[in-house]
Amino acid sequence: MSKFFRRFFEKLIEGILMLSGTVTSLTVLLIVVFLFSEGISLFNTSPVENKNAITVNHHNPVGHLSPAQVKDIFDQKITNWKDVGGKNDSIILFTINDISNYYSEEEIGSNFEFLPEKLDKLVDSIPGLLAVFNEKYVSKNFHGTVVKIDKNNLPDFISGTQWFPTAEPVVQLGVLPLIMGTFWVSIFAILFALPVGLATAIYMAEVANEKVRNIIKPIIELLAGIPSVVYGFFGLIVIVPEIQKIFNLPVGETALAGSIVLGIMALPTIITVSEDAIRNTPRAMKEASLALGANRWQTIHRVILPYSMSGISAAAILGIGRAIGETMAVLMVTGNAAVMPHSLLQPVRTIPATIAAELGEASQGGVHYKALFALGCILFVITMLINMWVEYISNKRKFTR
Amino acid sequence: MFKIESKNVHLYYNDFHALKGISMTVKSNTVTALIGPSGCGKSTFLRLFNRMNDLIDGVKIEGEVLLDGKDIYNTKGLRTDELRKKVGMVFQKPNPFPKSIFENVAYGLRVNGISHKNFIEERVETSLKQAALWEEVKDKLKKSAFELSGGQQQRLCIARALAIEPSVVLMDEPASALDPISTAKIEELIYELKNKYTIMIVTHNMQQAGRVSDMTAFFYLGELIEYDHTQTIFTNPKDPKTQSYVTGRFG
Repeated sequence: MSKFFRRFFEKLIEGILMLSGTVTSLTVLLIVVFLFSEGISLFNTSPVENKNAITVNHHNPVGHLSPAQVKDIFDQKITNWKDVGGKNDSIILFTINDISNYYSEEEIGSNFEFLPEKLDKLVDSIPGLLAVFNEKYVSKNFHGTVVKIDKNNLPDFISGTQWFPTAEPVVQLGVLPLIMGTFWVSIFAILFALPVGLATAIYMAEVANEKVRNIIKPIIELLAGIPSVVYGFFGLIVIVPEIQKIFNLPVGETALAGSIVLGIMALPTIITVSEDAIRNTPRAMKEASLALGANRWQTIHRVILPYSMSGISAAAILGIGRAIGETMAVLMVTGNAAVMPHSLLQPVRTIPATIAAELGEASQGGVHYKALFALGCILFVITMLINMWVEYISNKRKFTR
Repeated sequence: MFKIESKNVHLYYNDFHALKGISMTVKSNTVTALIGPSGCGKSTFLRLFNRMNDLIDGVKIEGEVLLDGKDIYNTKGLRTDELRKKVGMVFQKPNPFPKSIFENVAYGLRVNGISHKNFIEERVETSLKQAALWEEVKDKLKKSAFELSGGQQQRLCIARALAIEPSVVLMDEPASALDPISTAKIEELIYELKNKYTIMIVTHNMQQAGRVSDMTAFFYLGELIEYDHTQTIFTNPKDPKTQSYVTGRFG
């Protein structure tokens, strides 16, 4: 009987372990599927908000416009039809708010019952008109042309440089500034963190004695445990004002501030991983070098560092990965301007910061909402590629040993 | 004058008394074998002469260790890295660097500040010839040292040690990880190197000690039990412990 119970318990424990593994894997899978299904649903939807229709006179040859062109027209950067492939005629903008300039309230009717007819007449009578109004006011026998606006698509999404997800009448979904902002901040973070981190790792692995190491190691591990909002707070109160003062800037919230804060945050990862790599250098290798009359520094420089180079690269890439996904601290110190970065002393905006800042105000299921999920997908792909890269590098190391 | 001399040397690893008052002298251009069961202190003794024991935490050394009449532990101005240029070492397992064959041999020269290209090439060739490896590797000097067989790697390590022209070569069981043919090659090599170098070799292999060495020292539990001509140690030892060890009754 007891034998039966023991086997029963063994099976039970085995089942519980298997269930935990399965549930975890399924959860991860579920998150990925959810992210991608929401993100991909952005594409092939229209970037025109609030069911607006964009219409022109039927003599106007322009039959389709890109979201960027519409924006330029509304910003009055484009004022002539010939710039978008039409005739040489200036563009006259019309939105539904301008209707009172043309017709009185009686003419439209108290329930807007005559509005479609009047709009039709208006579009038909002014050749250079670009009129934007809700598609329910497009009358059945509309004489003008409803302009087709390019659907949201992946190439434009990735290569577009304008991020105005709430623009009227057409949203601008170009995420290149955000992607560049993310890389910009992360790469400079690593440029700050790698020399310091590597120096610390060498010091801990090869120079410091056991006592000193036992003090430093927990401090560095503590650094990894500080909540990111605290780093952001520190950056905002200490680093941002300093940068503003030193470089004499109007605002201190810059890519530089983000890089410094992220660099500090990436330090524990870089130090721990590269210290492990350095410590993994076989003792025989070190002894061989010392026995040939090399001093400690020559041994570090000529034997230990080359031997642990793949581990150190993995540390750097992991550090970048950590920096790319970081949200809160960056959101607090980078200024969040969605522009293409070309200087460290300029505000930038990263992908995670964008998602965190905007998801709350995007209406669920809307273009903006879906665009944020698509951004999430891009971030996921980037970090996944980075993880695969690290995996590849560490595997390569195993084979050369 | 003796090449190497140790006078009443005691060595402690923290509380463990590993060498108990060893006094011994070694003449130039001889091969001295250090034998004894595992843990008897023979490797520790060997590592005294290039101060490799310094790398271990908690080591304390008393007594005098002389090289060419100079105390290597207490002479002012004698740096450890300078000493190690005079006293080369070959380890138990072949431990080439993850570099090319050429760079492995050139390493000792480069860390000693030699950058003259022709000189380095010349030294590499001479050292590889001395280590009886030149013919096998002369066409693939740029290849990784890891592509060589274990025996070749060990001879490469010997060439590497010879390249900086030491006067003493310490060998810590250099053939224990090798097959019989490679072992024979190494032994032959040791015999030839005697003309130029003073060699100390730790070995577990009685036959090997008998074949290659002029003098043999038997260590037991941190003490030097007997030190004499190899012939005498193997045929007519004075101490019964030596007798039973060399005849294979314990160890």
